[in-house]
Amino acid sequence: MSFFDRTARDWLLTELFSGMALTFRYMFKPRVTINYPYEKGPLSPRFRGEHALRRYPNGEERCIACKLCEAICPAQAITIEAEPRDDGSRRTTRYDIDMTKCIYCGFCQEACPVDAIVEGPNFEFATETRAELMYDKDKLLANGDRWEVELAARIEADAPYR
Amino acid sequence: MAEAQIKTFNINFGPQHPAAHGVLRLILEMSGEIVERADPHIGLLHRGTEKLIEYKTYAQATPYFDRLDYVCPMNQEHAFVRAVEKLLGIEAPPRAQYIRVLFDEIGRILNHLLNITAFAGDVGALTPMLWGFEEREKLMEFYERVCGARLHANYYRVGGVAADLPAGLVEDILTWIDAFPGWLGDIEKLLNNNRIFKQRTVDIGVVTAEQALDWAFTGPNLRASGIAWDLRKAQPYAVYDEMDFDIPIGKNGDCYDRYMVRILEMYESLKIMRQAIEKMPKGPVRTEDRKVAAPSRGEMKRSMEALIHHFKLFTEGFHVPAGETYSVVETPKGEFGVYLVSDGTNKAYRCKIRAPAFAHLQATDFMSKGHMLADAVANIGSIDIVFGEIDR
Repeated sequence: MSFFDRTARDWLLTELFSGMALTFRYMFKPRVTINYPYEKGPLSPRFRGEHALRRYPNGEERCIACKLCEAICPAQAITIEAEPRDDGSRRTTRYDIDMTKCIYCGFCQEACPVDAIVEGPNFEFATETRAELMYDKDKLLANGDRWEVELAARIEADAPYR
Repeated sequence: MAEAQIKTFNINFGPQHPAAHGVLRLILEMSGEIVERADPHIGLLHRGTEKLIEYKTYAQATPYFDRLDYVCPMNQEHAFVRAVEKLLGIEAPPRAQYIRVLFDEIGRILNHLLNITAFAGDVGALTPMLWGFEEREKLMEFYERVCGARLHANYYRVGGVAADLPAGLVEDILTWIDAFPGWLGDIEKLLNNNRIFKQRTVDIGVVTAEQALDWAFTGPNLRASGIAWDLRKAQPYAVYDEMDFDIPIGKNGDCYDRYMVRILEMYESLKIMRQAIEKMPKGPVRTEDRKVAAPSRGEMKRSMEALIHHFKLFTEGFHVPAGETYSVVETPKGEFGVYLVSDGTNKAYRCKIRAPAFAHLQATDFMSKGHMLADAVANIGSIDIVFGEIDR
């Protein structure tokens, strides 16, 4: 019996037709792709994207040049130089991240004791030249100013787990 | 007419070929359309991972393991953190162990999904690939929610995991576990009995049990040859001994069996994931040993001692007692081992990585011999190689 069954199935191309019917049914399922530049997928508060240096609400930069991020960075992408400022507080004079070296592991934001360097939600920072990816302090602080609302919300959302 | 000897013809397969699964360069000695010899040339993705690790502290070395087999990053981190934990003589807290098992199995499904769908693509069925990426996307979203990156997770840490599961994640994973078998059933319906797929895979690239053992096969490739060897059962690590699951094995060791073993393994992974979620206890996810794992943020802000530990751990790292260890985990591709030698400092003296796909790649020659060129493609697809870990 199984012989006849198998032969019949073989000759009638059943598995091919049922496969085609399946793919045909999929045509009427809701679309799962998104129209990227206009629609974007969800991101969690932990997403590790472009770096930013944050400021305190009074405009003072958070970074105190402890250089923990520089020390932990596995790719050695961060370069920091620091000096006491005129008012006696210790601040960076140079804070560079080589974004071409960075591996987005998130160790820098984990190491930062004052939440100054963070990896933000931005992943659209492609550039036309390589040189534009050598971020300096001004660029990072500007990123911080631009994304501050979101950065603060993300840190607050993730605070119970850190 | 006298018999004429026809010289074999060499062709260069890859390194830029969609069916080469990465940067495999295969020199094929062809006699007509029959492969006489297949000679894999590797090293195009060599980044010196093992040497780099000798110059990094133990914490800094974990991200390198994501970049070996980038299809299932967390499984490999597991091998490394286990090796370091063994040398340190510590254990991750129970909750972290369950989280690790949960994400190991997600990694296994991620890997098998890519492999079976890409394999189907290699032999001519392109639809599963398009569908498979949708499911992979959902899994990578789980990855992203827990660690912040879709691929290069850097989530497992020595002594635990980086952070606890965010609220709501477990429920979403359970919903996905309920829905996934239906989707996998569709893939099976498309491929399992499809005559074109079977013609391309059944009795192609047969590896006998003996050959599999001789060529150091592990993982699904070994099991497809009929040997029930799975490190999760044979020498359970983390909390696998508490999980109830079966190991599917094949009979003939051909491409079709290797495909089938992977499909069935995904169902087993779902079982393990569900159990891991059900049995997961509450509690800390990082060890309380402050000489190894950094204190929590709140503690670091309040306690001077915690702040000192924080600074120490993020600059110097921790020192590991002198000794050596070989620790293995069952990654989706097979036995992934880390042989770690410590000289008592904060950096590893030597870290040898045993990548399963490296051993599997050796088999391309004897598997492809006497087959057609198109079957060589099926063979490469079915042994599941990823160049990140072969070239290291």
